[in-house]
Amino acid sequence: MSKRKLISVLFLWLCYISAAVTVLLILGLVFTVFIRGREMLTVEILTGIPSFLKGTIGILPNILNTVYIVVLTLGIALPLGVGTAIYLNEYRRAGITVRIIEFAVDILAGVPSIIYGLVGLLVFVTSLGLGTSIISGALTMAFVVLPGIVRTSLEALKSVPAGYRDGAFALGTGRWHTTRTVVLPSALNGVLAGAILSVGRIIGESAALIFTAGVADKMLNIFEIFSPNNSGSTLTVALYIYAKERGDFDMAFTIALVLVLLSFVLNLSARALFKIGRVKT
Amino acid sequence: MSSILSTRDLQLWYGQTHVLKGIDIHIPEKNIIALIGPSGCGKSTFLKCFNRLNELEPQCKISGSVLFRGRDIYSRYDVNSLRKSIGMVFQKPNPFPMSIYDNIAYGPRVHGIRKKTELDEIVERSLKQAFLWNETKDRLKTNALGLSGGQQQRLCIARALAVSPEVLLMDEPTSALDPISTAKIESLVKELKSKFTVIMVTHNMQQAMRIADKTAFFLLGEMIEFNNTDVLFKTPFDKRTADYISGQFG
Repeated sequence: MSKRKLISVLFLWLCYISAAVTVLLILGLVFTVFIRGREMLTVEILTGIPSFLKGTIGILPNILNTVYIVVLTLGIALPLGVGTAIYLNEYRRAGITVRIIEFAVDILAGVPSIIYGLVGLLVFVTSLGLGTSIISGALTMAFVVLPGIVRTSLEALKSVPAGYRDGAFALGTGRWHTTRTVVLPSALNGVLAGAILSVGRIIGESAALIFTAGVADKMLNIFEIFSPNNSGSTLTVALYIYAKERGDFDMAFTIALVLVLLSFVLNLSARALFKIGRVKT
Repeated sequence: MSSILSTRDLQLWYGQTHVLKGIDIHIPEKNIIALIGPSGCGKSTFLKCFNRLNELEPQCKISGSVLFRGRDIYSRYDVNSLRKSIGMVFQKPNPFPMSIYDNIAYGPRVHGIRKKTELDEIVERSLKQAFLWNETKDRLKTNALGLSGGQQQRLCIARALAVSPEVLLMDEPTSALDPISTAKIESLVKELKSKFTVIMVTHNMQQAMRIADKTAFFLLGEMIEFNNTDVLFKTPFDKRTADYISGQFG
């Protein structure tokens, strides 16, 4: 065998091995989580409220808190992020302002989320007096996901064919009307896919939320989540607390399984949306 | 002859590049005007001066004046009402990703028409004017992107006509189409002449000869010659025009 051929075969095998290791790692992880989490994953756990006094366990408050924080965070971050992207792409095509904002967005995307947590603790929890609460957590998370939403929305807007805008302008349509009726509908799939990726980010976040939304397992109703000092932990934060502070690994793995399933579903739907988006444009 | 559009010493720069160097033209009403010239001569840029679409380019600077029915469109003229009166069809068919009906109704809706019966009427009239009614009347609610390229371009013409313009700007409207679709668009344009003024950029000199009443020849940002089409092609006044139409350069 010539030297060149030998190198080529070796390299091919190296690629095979890398791929196999990656796949095995992922499968092992999912498998472990599945095996360890499966035993305790029952309807009682999913719908139970934990209480030392009553001796009950469950993760319903954490599931609800996760939903609350996801909805509130997106409620804040989506209008801000999409608005920023529209401003950058539709109103300020080029120029120094755009470059500064885009640079700031890229920097923000790279900042570790625990730093957002610290700032959130300082600003929302302390200075604004919201205390450790769902709303503090959601406000903090809004800034964590904002750069991602701006980026994906910007990409979605950029992929809208210029001919759509020209066509609308040439009919005497104003810029906002054009954006609302022609540009945004065409970019919607991309924007939605970005939002779904953000949901994954919010569900997976622990550091920033421990500081700002706290670790309580209390049931909160719709009104309580807007009032200060009503602390509540999401699934991921609860997982951390169960594993690290209470040593309850069975519970931690149960939550882990719920989270793995959730992120699986989210990824599938994001993919589907991306596909629809590509077919349409 | 009264002119519907005219320019006086029209100059245009993109950043440092001097694209249009003092154009004076008088465009007579209800005529088909062809703008010809080699690539990069400024004819498309010149076309977009009439509906101020050049303004979308951030580096664009304009001096001189463009008069539409005697009024300067660059001073205190509402750009949206200008674009309602002066419609445009682009090189690449660009229907919106919505139904055929909504494409045509888009412009009228923007300009405040809400009544269903009125919109229905406009959609039918515009599609008929663009010779597209028979092909689309049974599928008005289907997505316009499902039409063929030639149909899409006629849809874009119908969409432009739906806001009742007086002038139609066409930027090489057939360059992306096959010969049969091109022939359809050409005969459509000739029909439109009775109601509209058409200014059309074309790369195709035969096309200019076939349909244009008057033709303007552009070269390097200047309008070299503007005359009746048969005169310009048979007895060009300027040597550069003669060289271009005889294929000496292109």
